[in-house]
Amino acid sequence: MKIIACIKQVPDSEAKIKAENGQINTGDAPLVINPFDEYAVEGALQQREAVSGSTVTALCIGPESAKEALKHALAMGADDAILVSDPALNDLDTVGAARVLAAAIQKVGGVDMVVFGRQTLDNGSGLTSAQTARALGWSLLGLAGQIKVDTLSESKGEERSVSVERVIEEGRQSVKANLPAVISVVQSIGEPRYPSFMGIRKASKAEIPVWSLSDLGIAAPDAIITRSELMNPPARDTSVEIISGESAAEIADKLADKLIAEKVL
Amino acid sequence: MKIFVYIDHFKGEAQATSWEALGLAKSFGATTALVFGSSVDDVAKAALEYGADDVLVADDPALLDFRAETYASTLSAIASSRTPDLILFPTTTRTREFAAMSAVDLNTNVITDATAVEVNGDSIVVTRPIYEGKLFEKVTASAKPQLITLRGRAFPKPEKTAGKTGTITKVEAKTDALTTVEGYSVADVGVSLNDAGVIVSGGRGVSNNPSLQPPAGLDDKQAEIWRAHQGFKLVGELASTLGGAVGASRAAVDGGYIPYSNQVGQTGKVVAPDLYIACGISGAIQHLAGIRSAKMVVAINKDPDAPIFKVARYGVVGDLFQIVPALTEAFKKKLGK
Repeated sequence: MKIIACIKQVPDSEAKIKAENGQINTGDAPLVINPFDEYAVEGALQQREAVSGSTVTALCIGPESAKEALKHALAMGADDAILVSDPALNDLDTVGAARVLAAAIQKVGGVDMVVFGRQTLDNGSGLTSAQTARALGWSLLGLAGQIKVDTLSESKGEERSVSVERVIEEGRQSVKANLPAVISVVQSIGEPRYPSFMGIRKASKAEIPVWSLSDLGIAAPDAIITRSELMNPPARDTSVEIISGESAAEIADKLADKLIAEKVL
Repeated sequence: MKIFVYIDHFKGEAQATSWEALGLAKSFGATTALVFGSSVDDVAKAALEYGADDVLVADDPALLDFRAETYASTLSAIASSRTPDLILFPTTTRTREFAAMSAVDLNTNVITDATAVEVNGDSIVVTRPIYEGKLFEKVTASAKPQLITLRGRAFPKPEKTAGKTGTITKVEAKTDALTTVEGYSVADVGVSLNDAGVIVSGGRGVSNNPSLQPPAGLDDKQAEIWRAHQGFKLVGELASTLGGAVGASRAAVDGGYIPYSNQVGQTGKVVAPDLYIACGISGAIQHLAGIRSAKMVVAINKDPDAPIFKVARYGVVGDLFQIVPALTEAFKKKLGK
């Protein structure tokens, strides 16, 4: 199976992020692989292990510096990596990203499975996996907590199918589709493996190809959604009132009275 | 302006934010509700009672199970022929997927997790959180229809007018499917974190009850999880006394104490309850990002320097294993439960 894991580079989740003069200030926070996408890489690697002869390619849209996120995926065990980078891609929205990713996936060719994380830490809209599936005309198996590729049908010359357990609000839903398919994964897929020493060495030496829009043969998609204003969240009334007392019962009694009076129940 | 509101439901049970979306839409003008599924008359009728002027129903056995591709195609066909300016959705796992796909069909895009929507003539400006609530942005879509998913509990729920009727029109379901739904295991999730007015959450601290003696034969990790389960029982009792949901910090989920679906915070769910009670949660920045929209935070923690106290309105520095059950008892008495 030819598997692609789509990743993005984002500021570390520990970052203190502020709006300053209409710009996003991430302080000195390092840029890292989007934490949700580590699960995508993990899910892709699990499938490589499940189906012999499979490969995993990490794919990312971003500036030259996003190669570091791809190197993380390589260090985790991905076989190779591709960066799509073009100055015309600075203002992508999710549909635009999906069209660019779909073009890159077509250019790779013969891809059976594309794995995404549930969402990114920055924009957080969680739309790109579904939109990439639609742009490709492939099925989407979203929010998978478990992936199982049917390995039997191949010998019978049938199309290979994949089943996932979707983690939805109401519980789990099992869904099946033929490959090729786009899958987004949630944390239940399993903790992302740590980069191995050998993996880190391999990644540090890797030559990552960079594809421009002209390599993909497409024009820059217009951004449909544009930002007009950036705001810090309203400051919270931070004065904490510590409830104390002689016993747990007394403290609980006081606290319960306060909360009932606040009408938050 | 022509406004549609998609009513999301699971097996006929409408998702509460659908009604909040109807209420918002009605403040802009006449509103048509969209209901997809199989035998969904009751959902359509409820949409009228919650304020929809009329309802378009795609009712087909092939739409019984949600599948992103069939729902997207059905929506795209309706939007192409009836040309709404605005389609509102509640933000759910389903709407994110099929609205996303439909946006590709319609050459538009989706604005997710809206916390405010301003309409000035033809222009619609949406406020939404980014960086998981560390910042907010105002955005605008340049294409029609504008597709907007609303964050739960960000908009008031309208009153229901029992017996209010209106026109229910059948529309064509698009049933070309790429996926097959093989079954469900529906969890007894109780109150969902997204809809909860009250959330009681546990952190790493719930596994630290020194007075508990785990059963013999458990290794250290099993004993820790056993202790944590006892701790989460106390958290759960307080939550159910208050009619609320149970949440957890990432530390508790990573520790194997409770499923991921309960996780609140930057890599879990972003929640907006009226009251958030954090038990044994220190308050890592990722967790705080997830509870920024909570109206009031109460912190119970042994460590007076825990960062959670910086966002709390009320705090108790003490042993959660004593305070939480005492609080459950106090509320039972005072709320007459």
